[in-house]
Amino acid sequence: MTDITRTDVLIVGAGPVGLFAVFELGLFDMKCHLIDILDRPGGQCAELYPEKPIYDIPGWPSISAQGLVDKLLEQIAPFKPDFTYNRMVSSLEKLEDGSFRVTTDENEVFEAKVVVIAAGGGSFQPKRPPIPGIEPYEGKSVFYSVRRMEDFRDHDLVIVGGGDSALDWTLNLQPVAKSVTLVHRRPEFRAAPDSVNKMYAMQEMKQLEFQVGQVTGLTGADGQLSSATIKGPDGDVEVPCTRMLPFFGLTMKLGPIAEWGLNLHENLIPVDTEKFQTSVPGIFAVGDINWYPGKLKLILSGFHEVALMAQAAKRIISPGERIVFQYTTSSTSLQKKLGVSG
Amino acid sequence: MTKLTFIAHDGTHFDMDAENGSTVMENAIRNAVPGIEAECGGACACATCHVYVDEAWTAEVGEPEAMEEDMLDFAYDVQPNSRLSCQIKVRDSLDGLVVRVPARQG
Repeated sequence: MTDITRTDVLIVGAGPVGLFAVFELGLFDMKCHLIDILDRPGGQCAELYPEKPIYDIPGWPSISAQGLVDKLLEQIAPFKPDFTYNRMVSSLEKLEDGSFRVTTDENEVFEAKVVVIAAGGGSFQPKRPPIPGIEPYEGKSVFYSVRRMEDFRDHDLVIVGGGDSALDWTLNLQPVAKSVTLVHRRPEFRAAPDSVNKMYAMQEMKQLEFQVGQVTGLTGADGQLSSATIKGPDGDVEVPCTRMLPFFGLTMKLGPIAEWGLNLHENLIPVDTEKFQTSVPGIFAVGDINWYPGKLKLILSGFHEVALMAQAAKRIISPGERIVFQYTTSSTSLQKKLGVSG
Repeated sequence: MTKLTFIAHDGTHFDMDAENGSTVMENAIRNAVPGIEAECGGACACATCHVYVDEAWTAEVGEPEAMEEDMLDFAYDVQPNSRLSCQIKVRDSLDGLVVRVPARQG
């Protein structure tokens, strides 16, 4: 039997707005569990522009995106949220008692009375490389990640990219594959210099090929690749290729949330501006993923949204309980929750 | 004001006056030039504002910095005159600059 993780509020997305939701919900004693597809908190702030300064966080004339994430983690620490990383939520079902059962792509099961979608621009997924006609090969001989190294045994492998994923898999799969060709559009790499040196050493020993250029064409049939055309500085080169691993970074897609039966508006989730609730009571959407008249995709707007959402979530989780509006500055009970009393 | 011209993939010209200090990408977005997506909003984090700098202007515009080169790895059909338009700042010496929009962004 599958273990079920139960929590008051399940938050989909651990970006700045998902993180601050923990704070506002925590003030009302709601326990939160966050799920994110990345391997760490921060969402776009951590993945896309950690070093970039943000100038419109109230009270911070300038703060780096990663700095903001770090401060938010510090701010929500008293509420001891739980995190599950490297997972995408796949399905959601409403249970008889009104709560929700959410399953991840690795079949973990969560049950919560309230679900908060704070998924920003959607979940980060591997970017399809700009190679014409690649679609029929995807999942059959073109893969965006390595689940089992055995799947590459005795294959003519072409790895495309210049980052750490490309170089790491070039080195790790070389002993398994029949041949390895690394393709990168220039001789400079983003990957760790140590991996690059190892790759060059292996090239020297004729254990692998490194081609400068861009993949411009694929040949094969029924989803099975046989060769790839590489446009390099000296013209086109044809290399044997029965498996390809392109590493072209990440893009954001709404993903399975689109199948949850919520009303959508151009891939965004419409909400009201009192509770930030979706078309399904008990499911809220906050931050960049929601839509309402006048919506601005600003972190500070997301912060406002979670404060109001928390009030509505509390009414669902503790029906009938009177909600007292309090300030953290003066309320001893809130200060106790924050661990700053006395 | 500095004059900029974007040539969309279908050949349509978009002429505009740009303020010095703004980025070439910002001017494309303001003038709704098709094919400039700028998904990340100018953080040099997505390579969806890729342009080809007209050959007559490559020397004046200059070479991309290391971080931009890294991002260009993710762009479609990168050429020696490829740049990310969010990393080109408009200035007097670029008056008359012409850039072309590629067939697609990634």
